[in-house]
Amino acid sequence: MNKKGYFGPYGGCYVPETLFPALEELDRVYQEVRTDGDFQEELKVLLNKYSGRPTPLYYAERLSDALGAKIYLKREDLNHTGAHKINNALGQALIARRLGKRRIIAETGAGQHGVASATAAARFGMECTVFMGELDIERQRMNVDRMRLLGAEVVPVSSGNKTLKDATNEAIRHWVAHVEDCHYIIGSVVGPHPYPSMVRDFQRIIGDETKEQIMADEGRLPDVVVACVGGGSNAMGIFYPFVEDGSVRMIGVEAAGHGVETGEHAVTLSEGRVGVLHGSRSYLLQTDDGQVIEPYSLSAGLDYPGVGPQHSFFKDSGRVEYVSVTDYQAVAAYGELCSLEGIIPALESSHALAQVSVMAPELDENTVVVVNLSGRGDKDMDSVRPFLLKEDDRI
Amino acid sequence: MRDLKVIFDGGTALIPFVMAGDPDLETTVSLVEAMVKAGADAVELGMPFSDPLADGPVIQEAGQRALACGTTLESVVKIAGEIAGKVAVPIILMGYFNPIMSYGVDRFASDLADAGVAAVIVPDLPFDEGDELHDALRAHGVTPILMVSPNIADDRLAEIGRRAEGFVYCVSLLGVTGQGSLHEGMASYIERVRRNVSVPLALGFGIDGPERAAQVAPLVDGVVVGSAVVKAVHGSGGGPKGVACGAKLIGEIASAIG
Repeated sequence: MNKKGYFGPYGGCYVPETLFPALEELDRVYQEVRTDGDFQEELKVLLNKYSGRPTPLYYAERLSDALGAKIYLKREDLNHTGAHKINNALGQALIARRLGKRRIIAETGAGQHGVASATAAARFGMECTVFMGELDIERQRMNVDRMRLLGAEVVPVSSGNKTLKDATNEAIRHWVAHVEDCHYIIGSVVGPHPYPSMVRDFQRIIGDETKEQIMADEGRLPDVVVACVGGGSNAMGIFYPFVEDGSVRMIGVEAAGHGVETGEHAVTLSEGRVGVLHGSRSYLLQTDDGQVIEPYSLSAGLDYPGVGPQHSFFKDSGRVEYVSVTDYQAVAAYGELCSLEGIIPALESSHALAQVSVMAPELDENTVVVVNLSGRGDKDMDSVRPFLLKEDDRI
Repeated sequence: MRDLKVIFDGGTALIPFVMAGDPDLETTVSLVEAMVKAGADAVELGMPFSDPLADGPVIQEAGQRALACGTTLESVVKIAGEIAGKVAVPIILMGYFNPIMSYGVDRFASDLADAGVAAVIVPDLPFDEGDELHDALRAHGVTPILMVSPNIADDRLAEIGRRAEGFVYCVSLLGVTGQGSLHEGMASYIERVRRNVSVPLALGFGIDGPERAAQVAPLVDGVVVGSAVVKAVHGSGGGPKGVACGAKLIGEIASAIG
């Protein structure tokens, strides 16, 4: 990566001139804190004592028996606020404080990043505004209530598909207008430099812990690591520390929605073309004319037309395999984990679980598979209920 | 007409912005012709994009309307050529990078040259990322226009000063298009840009009518009026009535800035 924030041909800083001072200052402080012992220690204490890290690496015995491999779940759902998003939100809130900013803005799809940002803002006594598409507000009502309870203002966004892409546009426009007093906590490994690198570095703790834990449990590295990919922060977090470990197969799972062939999906890396959205160059779902296509997924957190630039680089280099599963497969995996392990996974993470079911026939019983269980799924009950009703009248 | 220099020769240049294809491409042609008759010295033609990061609601919605009626970058380039053949002022295209990338940077530069377009402004393409497009445009005799904002750092401003061609687009405020108030220290901001930049300066974003245009005109070499024009045209229902309203507004601003 060169200093402009490129991963091969992907990344960069495609933003209006007004944002440059903020991005340059952010990059300066981010480079500073990477090696600042006091900052790292404060973050570590927060992650341990406030968020509950390290999260367990749990051997899912009944799921393993059912699928025929040794399946471990990295329990990011057990973080405070219920998802991996808090790792990044706490890190960036500390940076915001160092930047002297009193206001936090954030965008959110499933609401987990909004809740994490609202939580971090409350913890540090900062104001918080969260932009959220109207459709997502409807399907993630519980998280909207949580954000408001935490003192955040939730701003409904009514443009476009009323989902994550539109919330991100609105957050960036708001940032352009209030750049002097607010810090924008981007929730994934997307956006202009330095966000893709910075968010990755705050999330790599997932992979660092996984590596240590699997060595303790199995005495060797995993054979396969699987994670879902919307913008791609949980996947980048668990993949990044394994990039140099050639024996570890890594699989990113995108949301195929109603099926790739229907056109209603969020399969950016396989179906997209290289373009520029939200400040960086990466694969993008777009029309022949370069207009961004509104993606679709039942999972609000995967409903995004772009993807982090480093994922685009991993796709081209072949280091990570990117596949997709449908809404229906994800919901089936959601139900399966509930009934076999007593764990309700986020619909996002259910895509990763579904991929393990798809792969099961080719797996040996000694194959060690780690699935990043990026968040918990009680937030998704409203989305999942219609599927469950079809199959089982008891719910 | 592709000579940008002449528009700054007599008094403050007036540069209205219209979104190509809002409400349709035929109306866009009539609107540009009417505005030129009313006193416009150059015209910015918007290339609609689904996700315009530097625009406020007025221009964002105009872009949505243009896309909804089937406007594509290809059709905008075509209409720009038609307009350039009809009016005697420079045509400047303004829009975001993704559709240009999708169209093909070289093809874009070459087609604009054929169409007689004078210049291009891309708000989400800072000079750091702009070499590929800017070189292609220059090779075809089309001028890439750079933007500056009130909070720009000295080193970036100096670099823009070294690279600037045609004119520099000075964003008048920290915000998106169509927002209310201008930057507080406008005079010192413009003076700072002047010290670094030798080409003319045009000021845009937030110039909402004759009064504000007259207020800033003495400071700069040109003013860009976007949201106010779009609002006037759309608010009066588009069509011939919208064209008349847009032209009337431009006439009033032209008189106000002298």
